[in-house]
Amino acid sequence: MGGEVNVMLTARIRKERRNEAASSFVLEVSIEVSTGITILFGASGAGKSTLLDCVAGVTRPDEGRIAVGSDVLFDSSLGIHVPVPKRRIAYVFQTLALFPHLTAEENVAYGLNHLGEEQRRERVEAILKAFHVEKLRKQRPGEISGGEKQRIALARSLVTEPRVLLLDEPLTGLDAERKAAIVDDLRAWNTAKGIPILYVTHSREEVDALGERVIALENGGVVSAGSPMDVLNAPRRKKLAQAAGFENLFGASVLDHREADGVMRVKLQDSACEIEVPLGYAAAGSRVNIAVRAGDILLATERPRGLSARNVMEGRILSLEQRGTMVMARVDCSVTFVVHITPGAVRALELTAGRRVWLVLKTYSCHLVD
Amino acid sequence: MEALWLSMKLASCVAAILLLIGMPVAYWLAYSRWRGKFLLESLVALPLVLPPTVLGFYALVAMGPRGPLGKLWIALFGHGLAFTFTGLILASVLYSFPFAVQPLIVSFEGVDRKLLDASAVLGAGSWRTFWRVILPLSLPGVITAAVLSFAHTLGEFGVVLMVGGDLAGVTRTVSIDIYDRVQSLQYAEANGMALVLLAISFCVLSIVYAVNRRVWTPWAAK
Repeated sequence: MGGEVNVMLTARIRKERRNEAASSFVLEVSIEVSTGITILFGASGAGKSTLLDCVAGVTRPDEGRIAVGSDVLFDSSLGIHVPVPKRRIAYVFQTLALFPHLTAEENVAYGLNHLGEEQRRERVEAILKAFHVEKLRKQRPGEISGGEKQRIALARSLVTEPRVLLLDEPLTGLDAERKAAIVDDLRAWNTAKGIPILYVTHSREEVDALGERVIALENGGVVSAGSPMDVLNAPRRKKLAQAAGFENLFGASVLDHREADGVMRVKLQDSACEIEVPLGYAAAGSRVNIAVRAGDILLATERPRGLSARNVMEGRILSLEQRGTMVMARVDCSVTFVVHITPGAVRALELTAGRRVWLVLKTYSCHLVD
Repeated sequence: MEALWLSMKLASCVAAILLLIGMPVAYWLAYSRWRGKFLLESLVALPLVLPPTVLGFYALVAMGPRGPLGKLWIALFGHGLAFTFTGLILASVLYSFPFAVQPLIVSFEGVDRKLLDASAVLGAGSWRTFWRVILPLSLPGVITAAVLSFAHTLGEFGVVLMVGGDLAGVTRTVSIDIYDRVQSLQYAEANGMALVLLAISFCVLSIVYAVNRRVWTPWAAK
């Protein structure tokens, strides 16, 4: 088991899925996953889980090649399809799939059948400690809380010393603090083991919190790959933009280019609202899509002066809605913007529906989307 | 009393045999992706709709000295199958087959597929997955299968009459015995036996329903 340092997972997969509807879905990707956490990001239905299923062997691709280092797990041209139990790839499902009739300890020991009693007990003990769930060893999944179940599912997968770890949205439903704590434990574990971890999520926050590398998937294909900044801050596709938390998406027509200023002016949705956005490959008169994050918009109760920001728009608050720890304001500037502000700001500025306000938008907060 | 004892012995043997045969059949029917599997499904369900006399008739023909099964038996053991306890067991196994297989299929299919995937990913082959995951989680179905095939065999009449006849101590089961007594106007004795069967049937069904409400399964979600 030792000696396999820095082994990379490579996968070239084509898999067609037919459903009852006439539309069929094709996953066609080629990815490389090296040591450490790589995030597989995309809206639901983008093909993330199908990709993981193919790597684990639960689903058989129509074509392609999957390998860990030089060890081939699947190769359609050579007719190789290593059965799931022999792949040594750990997979934590979104539903966790803990065995309900076994205790936490028995769940964790499940994959260690090949070891002797003594060794098995040691390994189970060590991993339960590493994930801080040693007190729950005699409990069954039905008696354990969500976050702790997720820890046990991780421990069960990792105790087998896998060569690759696949995580399908394993931390959904947890608050940020618990998520961070589990991820810290996972990172700590992986510093010693150094295996490729493929982490599926559709949550923008998780990408920011975890990401070393991101692979963005859409409609069964890779649309971009790189650092979280590269992939998410310049969204090239509309759907990805929505998934990435760009609450404001507008169709716009290009009015003119100002090369010297590095900007172009666009008119939003055929309204009177004109803003400056970064220069893009779009001729005057052509249609583009503009994405703006609700958290990137400033809101003022008086017309602001002396700003570097180029876009100041006058408008009226349509509604204010409390969403957890923030307030979502909808502001009509002849197009409707969604703006995120803190409850404190709402109080301090005495914001109410119908109030006249100014929105301030930096040029570089406006993203061009294909 | 001899008849009751014989019925109990027959029902226990049949239930045990059916569990052994029923599990692989149910496993295959639950998990196979073969398109023609509905054919086997109808075959398994056939005894549910066939009149017992029809089933018994064919069983008798097959077991008779000129039937294929009868011939084989004579060649192997030197005596025929019809009107013997063994013949009765064979016919009853056929007759109660769906009562064992159907609950097993339902409970095997009820096991979350993700648990089977999880088991495979953790390195377990299908055999180990069956014993460690599918079987324990299907326990109510297994108990139901055993109890139903026991109860159904206990109460059978037509098949026994066809294949077994009415030989005291060999093939005279409790339902045949009740029939005989009614024919000879021994109503009190018939009533005694009938009450015993009624009580057993009620107990047995209570067990089935209790098990399926998961009264005793400790890991059921609260």
